Amino acid sequence: MSSDRIKIVWIYPDLLSTYGDQGNTIVLERRAALRGIPTETVHLRSDEPVPQDGDIYLLGGGEDRPQILAAQRLRADGGLNTAAQRGAVVFGVCAGFQIIGHEFGGEEGQPLPGLGILDIRSGRGQQRAVGEVVGDVSAELNVPRITGFENHMGATSIGPGAKPLAKVIAGVGNGDGNGFEGAYAGRVVGTYMHGPALVRNPGLADLLLTWAVGAQLPPLDDSWAGRLREERLNAVLS
Amino acid sequence: MSDLPLRSQLAVALGRTAAKMSRIAGRGDGSVIGGRIGLRLDPELLTRLAKDRKLVLVSATNGKTTTTRLITSAMTPLGEVATNAFGANMPTGHVSALASAPTARYGVLECDEKYVPMVLAETGANVVALMNLSRDQMDRAAEIWLLAGKWRRALEASPQSHVIANCDDPLVTWGASTAKSVTWVAAGQHWREDSWCCPECGGPLDRQDTDEDSDWRCRQCHFSRPRPDWILRGDQIRTPDGRVFPLSNLALPGRANRSNALVALAVVAQFGVQPEQALPLLSEVKSVAGRYTTVEHEGRSIRLLLSKNPAGWLEAFDVLRPAPGPVVLSVNAQGPDGRDTSWLWDVDYRILRGRPVWVAGERRIDLAARLEAAEVAFTLVDDIDQAVMAVPPGHLDVIANYTAFQSIRTRYGRVV
Repeated sequence: MSSDRIKIVWIYPDLLSTYGDQGNTIVLERRAALRGIPTETVHLRSDEPVPQDGDIYLLGGGEDRPQILAAQRLRADGGLNTAAQRGAVVFGVCAGFQIIGHEFGGEEGQPLPGLGILDIRSGRGQQRAVGEVVGDVSAELNVPRITGFENHMGATSIGPGAKPLAKVIAGVGNGDGNGFEGAYAGRVVGTYMHGPALVRNPGLADLLLTWAVGAQLPPLDDSWAGRLREERLNAVLS
Repeated sequence: MSDLPLRSQLAVALGRTAAKMSRIAGRGDGSVIGGRIGLRLDPELLTRLAKDRKLVLVSATNGKTTTTRLITSAMTPLGEVATNAFGANMPTGHVSALASAPTARYGVLECDEKYVPMVLAETGANVVALMNLSRDQMDRAAEIWLLAGKWRRALEASPQSHVIANCDDPLVTWGASTAKSVTWVAAGQHWREDSWCCPECGGPLDRQDTDEDSDWRCRQCHFSRPRPDWILRGDQIRTPDGRVFPLSNLALPGRANRSNALVALAVVAQFGVQPEQALPLLSEVKSVAGRYTTVEHEGRSIRLLLSKNPAGWLEAFDVLRPAPGPVVLSVNAQGPDGRDTSWLWDVDYRILRGRPVWVAGERRIDLAARLEAAEVAFTLVDDIDQAVMAVPPGHLDVIANYTAFQSIRTRYGRVV
């Protein structure tokens, strides 16, 4: 955290916000506020330069065309790469997950260049993955089992410079046949749990906040988010 | 209908029998099963049934069923009108609607957004009304930019169809602009989160809103709002020849229904029904398949509002009784609702602060987490009855998504 507040930059909601992506900004703001930490959120439109001083950068989902436009503009801007290099937190969902990798599939499945912030490569999968997804998170992150809803046609493989975020217990995940969901390296995290992935996974939200603040955070009374998480896990795994 | 080929006549008759049996079995109005059997026997049945009729297709993310009903009501001076009044908006429903009104010279068909190209190709509809496009049930609905692109190709291939399109929605405008002839209606757009970018080139759209007008244009390319022929301002409409009519007698509440009414007036004008004749007929529509219905229960007047997606919730909030009027929210996530509740996070619930709010439905915990984050106080109930009995006698607004709405209707009586 470079100042007295956490600066959250929501990247291009005009292109990358298909379904509830705003939930991730709301939950981060709320969980910081409940701990007395002020936040400042920038809803960054795609015709604006990416601010360099963000603490957490969020990228949401998008249709093919908006995804391609977003990748082009972020590559031309360069600001997100700079921020990631200096250690800012980056969280990408669905199309946003693919964009932060080296390449992703375009409208006809043709490979297009991403930002290369995370060592993953994505292409077009065989069939659409739609439904609940559950995964056990990489032990070193110390985040409990994650639950989300996936809706994508991607197939993402993880290179040597990144690790799987979770091992799939239910659902499809990255869709490359290796049984993983999402990927991370340093403070850059991506997932196919679309939309408000941080809502159902307060542990993941707190991980991002902890990285941004640089210190452990006091626990919160998670009654509703916690109940929601339990309910979804029970619905899928029972 | 007697000039239908024998096979088609048989298809219609068997479909009708199946529909009747489905109704007797209590499985809905039977229009889907009836149409399915008819189409199985004669795949070209829709084309045959559409022949020699004047047809209107009505499509949008929101307001299809209501606008179809308004148009149908306003077309009654022309004679019998076939319509799929119960929201069965795919070809099976269209077949049933047309087959059950064999002598009707006119038809008004609500059409699912994805099916517009197919139904247009099969029926060659005379008029196509396109109203709005926004995010909706992503696990089963099509992506809307893609959808608008399909509309473009379908309309280009159907030059005989006249389009009535909402030019306040940039994506609808783009989807309609390949049509050979278009009447542009300025019906308003309140949900704008899906139209920040130019559908033509992806550049930023600049908007300019004044009390009098609401304009938009792309900063990078030529794409801009066409000049509207029909205009809605507040509760008045202006016709292409400059006459002004009030919509204040409309029975259906809210700005979304004023938009729907404007579209209906523009559609029926194509058939020669003028606003002075159409407006009283629009006012006769008081509820649509249970939407906006008020049911009485234990001294409570419960008004039912259906909202299926973020843009729909915005319009439902617009018609709520003023605070501190109580509100029940009920959300399910069954197939017809979309199994993904992520959209709750696109709705700005802060408008409900300061009201008594009850939360029900199969996905009430999702809603609870959403409201907690928005700092809206609420009470969770297992069953809507608990909320109804907890409010003092008087008015209660209920906003529910599709299957939640249907179960509440069933609970308190299916008043149409």
